[in-house]
Amino acid sequence: MRIRKKLRRFDMKRLVVVLGLVGFLGSFSPNGYAEAHFELKTPHYAFNKATIAAGAKLFAKRCMSCHSVKYMRYEFMKQDLGMSEADVEKYLMLPNGASFKGGMVSAMPPRMAHKWFGVSPPDLSQIIQYRGQDWVYTYLLSFYRDPATPSGWNNHVFPKVAMPDVLAPWGGIVNGQGKVLKKGSESPAKFKAQVTDIVAFLRFVSDPSVFQRWAIGPWVLGLIAFFTFTAYLLKRQYWKGVK
Amino acid sequence: MSGFAKWFAKRSPLPEMWREHMAEYYAPKNFNIFYYAGSLLLLMLVFQFVSGFLILVHYVPTAGGAYDSVFGIMYDVDYGWLIQYAHVDGVSLIFLLLYMHMARGMLYGSYRAPRELVWVIGYIIYLAFMAEAFFGYILPYSNLSYWAGTVITSLFKSIPWIGGWVTTLVRGGTGISGDTLGRFMALHVALVFLVIVALVVIHILYLHKVGSNNPDGIEIKENKGPDGHPIDGIPFHPYYSVKDLFGFGVWLFIFAAIIFYNPTFFHIFLERTMSTPANALKSLPDVTPPWYLSPFYAMLRSIPNKNGGIILMCVAVLFPFILPWLDRNPVKSTRFRLVTRIMLLVFFANFIMLAYLGEQPPLPQFFLPERLGAAIYVGFFVLLPFVSKMEPTRTPPKRVHYHAH
Repeated sequence: MRIRKKLRRFDMKRLVVVLGLVGFLGSFSPNGYAEAHFELKTPHYAFNKATIAAGAKLFAKRCMSCHSVKYMRYEFMKQDLGMSEADVEKYLMLPNGASFKGGMVSAMPPRMAHKWFGVSPPDLSQIIQYRGQDWVYTYLLSFYRDPATPSGWNNHVFPKVAMPDVLAPWGGIVNGQGKVLKKGSESPAKFKAQVTDIVAFLRFVSDPSVFQRWAIGPWVLGLIAFFTFTAYLLKRQYWKGVK
Repeated sequence: MSGFAKWFAKRSPLPEMWREHMAEYYAPKNFNIFYYAGSLLLLMLVFQFVSGFLILVHYVPTAGGAYDSVFGIMYDVDYGWLIQYAHVDGVSLIFLLLYMHMARGMLYGSYRAPRELVWVIGYIIYLAFMAEAFFGYILPYSNLSYWAGTVITSLFKSIPWIGGWVTTLVRGGTGISGDTLGRFMALHVALVFLVIVALVVIHILYLHKVGSNNPDGIEIKENKGPDGHPIDGIPFHPYYSVKDLFGFGVWLFIFAAIIFYNPTFFHIFLERTMSTPANALKSLPDVTPPWYLSPFYAMLRSIPNKNGGIILMCVAVLFPFILPWLDRNPVKSTRFRLVTRIMLLVFFANFIMLAYLGEQPPLPQFFLPERLGAAIYVGFFVLLPFVSKMEPTRTPPKRVHYHAH
């Protein structure tokens, strides 16, 4: 009888705990990449419609000359973010015959871009899903002057990148050692906040379902929880007779 | 019975099937939490069918159109994100359940006589799901699709003499292209899916012929009451149908929580490299398989010789087929076999470790753990016939262990 009790202690709960622990500990091991990890953390920001709309305006002004977010349509800015159609037309749509229902596509012909930069600027619709927001934030802040490259620019997290530091007029110019060569028109704090807004916009673009998901989520989960509770009562009632 | 019900019952096999498989199918009353996995897998298969059907409505199987059509669903289709995330996350959840289902079978000896064929058919279903998942994640034609497709189809190259020809046939050309998408779509939505559905039906029919096992691993059919039904058995319907209904609820809650609040599940269920289009000129730094195939990939990689690695992987994949004949202990459940239970726990922990290692970049510090993991995996199957013969065993009880709630 006592052996039986002892053995029963080996039951499933324990197994689940042990397996869970093994997996949990495993997730902490270093991944052993040899290269130095140079990644900043995106500062905390409010991921809401206002931040994203501010980021959208900055993106349209400073990024969209070259980069598209083609899966995103201008009308989504109205539907999902609540921007007015007039604002979308004024701040976001380029005067290149863009259509309100069309995708947010750069005016630069890819063929010409390829000629100018050696590579056509990638579409950024999925960039946050692909790289993660911290990488994008770090990338935008990691440009430096490098006379050895064709463009005169280099980047700490993306060495020999073809893109020049288009944000230099606002953020300033530094050399490889981080020494400021020229101050930007914005204060460092404001500039970082602007970059964060752009990151927030790109994060939204990477998965525009987010607000819909958050809005419906509690109702869906609540309904399922209610169903589960009812099913539990039903089960208990039926199983009363099982001895 | 109403007139119509009588008329119907005379002509239809359904009432009889209902009795045989539901109302008068006696299952042991001591099922524990692991026994939810079977019915949940059935539920998930239905979900995958529905979401997959809706994706197929919009999907374009061409090199130029596939990636855009997939994101068209995400961005343009009403609730397209729901369809897409449900389909993607559903795959990982299915494999989670498959592993839970198989682990339970191993813990309680459900593969033992007279259920060997139930195990073998079930294992074929698992392999079919692997194929289904592989074809599925080539279809979006992301860069991961492209390179994973290239790596996996190149396995066929190591077939002696005809390897090159077979590889070209599988790919529909010399490399992964739009032609590959066409044939993989046909395999994913028609052939392999139908095979899975057919095998699931066969799996259940074979199970119901011999009856379900239980955590104590004893045959309830050997202990029948005066009414001819097992004393420790209860009719599947209504007892387990209502219990599974509760299980459905809990599981749906988890499923919905993932879809609505963490649809990529920390980029484990939906990898980052899925979000960039196929590019033959831009290979990925490391092509790692999804987590559920990762243990086998780790074993493949542990041998620094392509053919050697492939042979080890095939051995690892095929070993579980003969599990019913490797176990030679008269007692089924490891509740009464401490040594086998410990071996199994090590085996499971090792499998999780291999899954972790398979996701890491191919660096020298992982080679030794990978080889150790492969040795433990194979070692389990090699040792089992001897251990199961010699280990001390307690006598299982005559009746199943059950506390009324």
